[in-house]
Amino acid sequence: MASMGRMIAQRLLLGLLTLFVVSILIFLAVNALPGDFAQAILGQSATPEAVEAIRRGLGLDQPLVTRYFQWLWRLLHGDLGVSFAQANFAAYVGSASSAEAITVADQIAPRFRNTLFLAGVTAAIAVPLSVSLGILAALYRGSIFDRGVNIAALTAISSPEFFLAYILILFLGVLNPVLPSLSNIYEGMSFGERLLKTLLPALTLTLVVTAHMMRMTRAAIINLLASPYIEMARLKGMSPLRVIVRHALPNALAPIINVIAINLAYLVTGVVVVEVVFVYPGIGQLFVDSVKIRDIPVVQACCLVFAAAYILMNLLADILSILSNPRLRHPK
Amino acid sequence: MSAPLLKIRDIRIEGRADEEWLPIIRGVSLDLNKGEVLGLIGESGAGKSTLGLAAMGYTRDGCRITGGSVEFDGTDLVQAPADVKRGLLGRRIAYVAQSAAASFNPAHRILDQCVEAPVVHGVMSRREAEAEAMELYRRLRLPDPEVIGFRYPHQVSGGQLQRAMTAMAMACKPDLIIFDEPTTSLDVTTQIEVLAAIRDIVEQFGTAAIYITHDLAVVAQMADRIKVLLRGEEVEEADTRTMLAAPREEYTKSLWAVRSFQRPPKPAVAGGQAPLIALRNITAAYGKAPVLHDVSFDIHAGRTVAVVGESGSGKSTAARVITGLLPPSRGEVLFEGEALPASYKGRSRDQLRQIQMIYQMADTALNPSRTIGEIIGRPVQFYLGLTGQEKRRRVEELLEQIELDPGEYFNRLPGELSGGQKQRVGIARALAAEPRFIICDEVTSALDQLVAEGILKLLARLQDELGLAYMFITHDLATVRAIADEVVVMKEGRVVEAGGKDEMFRPPHHPYTDLLLSSVPEMDPDWLSRLLARRAEGEIRHQGADGV
Repeated sequence: MASMGRMIAQRLLLGLLTLFVVSILIFLAVNALPGDFAQAILGQSATPEAVEAIRRGLGLDQPLVTRYFQWLWRLLHGDLGVSFAQANFAAYVGSASSAEAITVADQIAPRFRNTLFLAGVTAAIAVPLSVSLGILAALYRGSIFDRGVNIAALTAISSPEFFLAYILILFLGVLNPVLPSLSNIYEGMSFGERLLKTLLPALTLTLVVTAHMMRMTRAAIINLLASPYIEMARLKGMSPLRVIVRHALPNALAPIINVIAINLAYLVTGVVVVEVVFVYPGIGQLFVDSVKIRDIPVVQACCLVFAAAYILMNLLADILSILSNPRLRHPK
Repeated sequence: MSAPLLKIRDIRIEGRADEEWLPIIRGVSLDLNKGEVLGLIGESGAGKSTLGLAAMGYTRDGCRITGGSVEFDGTDLVQAPADVKRGLLGRRIAYVAQSAAASFNPAHRILDQCVEAPVVHGVMSRREAEAEAMELYRRLRLPDPEVIGFRYPHQVSGGQLQRAMTAMAMACKPDLIIFDEPTTSLDVTTQIEVLAAIRDIVEQFGTAAIYITHDLAVVAQMADRIKVLLRGEEVEEADTRTMLAAPREEYTKSLWAVRSFQRPPKPAVAGGQAPLIALRNITAAYGKAPVLHDVSFDIHAGRTVAVVGESGSGKSTAARVITGLLPPSRGEVLFEGEALPASYKGRSRDQLRQIQMIYQMADTALNPSRTIGEIIGRPVQFYLGLTGQEKRRRVEELLEQIELDPGEYFNRLPGELSGGQKQRVGIARALAAEPRFIICDEVTSALDQLVAEGILKLLARLQDELGLAYMFITHDLATVRAIADEVVVMKEGRVVEAGGKDEMFRPPHHPYTDLLLSSVPEMDPDWLSRLLARRAEGEIRHQGADGV
C-alpha cells in the first residue's frame, strides 16, 4: 500500500506538469488565432485608438512571454484572473475600481457545478445501464439480443449528438411531452426540478457514451471465458449467469473501469453541442463563447479544468484497477 | 455385481480446426465401478482430457460429441438437458484440473471457492460447508487448515493449491472425480505429497476416479486399472499390475521402454584443464529479493552439466547471469578464464555469439509471424555476416542437422509445426551462431516422452559432432541420468552438491539430493506406499533423536 501512495503522488506531480504544458499550448494556440480581444469586442469599425486603449488596459500590448508568466505567477497564487469581457463592462459602467469585479473563478464555478451535475446524472444512468447490457450481451453472445444491443449502441454512437438530441426532444418533449426540452436551470432550484430539467440532455449523453462502455464490458468478459477458472466454475455446475457475474466480471474490471473513466472525463469536457441544443448553462458553452472573443483568462481556466478532469479520472481509474486486483491488494 | 457407476459407450468427439471437424475421440468405451480408480494414459493429443471431460458430459468450446453415450448412474449425460447436468456437476461428479494456479479464480478467496458448490447446490449451509472445507484441508495435510482458506490463490504455493483444489472437488462428497494431470506442473518433492493426499482421501470416501496423466510411474501408484489411449482410440486396458508386468500392444511396450536412453559416459576431465565457463561466487538478486547466494561451478568444453533443483531454486537465474541478462551483485562469470562483462550490453558480438540459449516453451520462444528460414537466418546474418545464397545454404545445412527437410520446412511458420519440431528449430537457431556453449532451460519438460527422447538424442549427437558444452537446467532426474556428465544440485539459491553424475546417483547423498532422488516415481505400483512408510519411519527416528 505504501507503493500505492507513492504512485498517487507521482501521478499527481506528473499531472501538474501536464497542466503546465497544456497551459502553454493553449496560450500559444489562442494567440495564434487572428485578431485579439480588443478587435473582437469593438468590431470592424473600431478606431485604432480605441483598440489600442483597450489593449493597454488589459495588458495585451505586452510581449507574449511576459503575459504568459504574469498569468502563471497569479495562477500560482490562486488567482485565475479577471475575464476580459467582465473587466471591460465594469470599465464602461464606470465602476472599474470597485472591488466587486467578477473574477474568472466566480464565472466558472456555477457553470462547472452545472456540468458536474449533468455528468453525474448521466453517469448514474449510463454506467449501470451499459455494464448490465454488456453482461447480458456476453451471457447471450451471438443471440438476437446480443446483436440487437450492439446494433442499437453502435447506431447511437455513430449519430451526431445534436441529431440524437432532436430525436429525443421530438419523442419525449413534443409528441409525448413528458420531459422539458429546455434545460434552463438556475441557482436556487429544487433538486427534483433540476433533475427533471437535466434528464433529456442526460439521456442524450447516455446514448452517446453507452456503446463504448457496453462493448468493452462484453469484450472483457468474453475474453476471460476461455480461462481455466471459468471452465472450473462451469464444471462445478454453476449457472451461466453466475459464471459471468461472479467468476468473469471481477477479473474483467480493470479494462471496464478504464473505459468508464475516459467516458466520464468526456462528459465533463466534451458536451458543448448537447449544452447548446438544450440551452444548458454548462462550462462548455462558456468555453466556446470565450474562444470566440479571445478571452484568454477564461479559456485558460476552462482548459485547465478540462485537463485536470482527464488526469484525475485516469488516476482514479488506475487506483480502482489496482484495488480490483487481489494480487496487488493482498501481496504474498 | 451392481451396474457400473459410469458407463461410456462408443463415445465420439470432434473438434473444429479451421473450417473442418476432425475426430478427437474415435469411439471409446469404458466402465467404472463405485470406488474404483481408472488411469488414462497417452501422449499429448491422445484425447485424454477430452475423454475425461466427456465423462462429465462436458465439451470445450470448438468440440462436439457426435455419437455414443455417457451414462452416469442411470442418466445419459450426452442427452440430458443443461440444468440436469448442472445438478450433477460439482455435486456428484467433480473435476480436478492440471494447473490449480490457473483453475482457481484469482478474484476470490480459496474458501469462498471451496464452499461455492455445496452452498449453490443446496447440499449444506455456508457455515457447514466452511467447517467441512477446513476438515478436508486437515485431511489433505494442508498447513494451517483453519486459516489457509482465507488466503487468495496467489498467496499459496502450487502444491498446496493443488490439494486445495482436491478439497474443492471433495466438498460435496461426489461419487466420481476426474483428475486431469493434477501433479504434472509440480516439483517431484511436492508431487509426492499431493499424490499421497489424493490417494488417501479417495480411499477414505470410496470415491471413484478417472486419473489422467502421461506419467506411467504416477499412474502406477494411483490406479486400479489402466487404459492406454493413442490418437483418440483405445490401445488396451488391463489392471495395473498386469499392464506393468506384461503390456500386450507394441505401442504400450514402447511407452514403457522410453526411459532406457542413456548416453555412454565420457572420460573424466583432464586435470589442470581450464573450464570453458566458470561461475565464481555469484550473488544475484531481483530488486531487493536475493535469489543466488555465492554460487560457483564450472562447465568444461564438450561436456554436459545438469543443474537440478525445485522451482525457485535459482537454476534459471544462474542462466540469466551467465547470459548477462541479470548482472550479478557480486562475483563474476569467466569464459575460458577471462571475466565476461556483467551485462550483455557490455559484451562484444563475439562474446555474445559463444553463449546461446534454448528455451522451455518453443511455442513462445519463436516469433509466430516469421518463417523457419527467417528465424534461423537471423542469427546467421547477425553473428556470421552471411547474406543471400550463402545465408540460405547455411540455414539449409542447419535444418539438415536438426533432421528437418529444408525443402519442406524453410518457408513454414512455427504454428504449422509440432511441439518437438518447434523445439528442434529452437536448437537450430542456437546452433546458427556457432556457439561453444548452449544453455538448455527445461527444453524437454513441455514435450511427450518419446519426443523428448528424440530431442535428447539430437542434443547428444550435436555435442559429439561440434564439441558443444551444455548447461542443462531441469527438474527431471530421468533426463539427468540420460545425458549429464556432471550434476549441480541447487536449493534456495545455493549449490547443495556438485560432482560427477555417477557419484551423484550413488549413495551416500546429501540429504536434499536424497530427497530429490527418492521422490522420482518408479514404475513399481508399491513404490509410493513403501516410500511413505520409509519416510514416516525416518521422521519417527528424527523426532526420537530430537527428543533426546
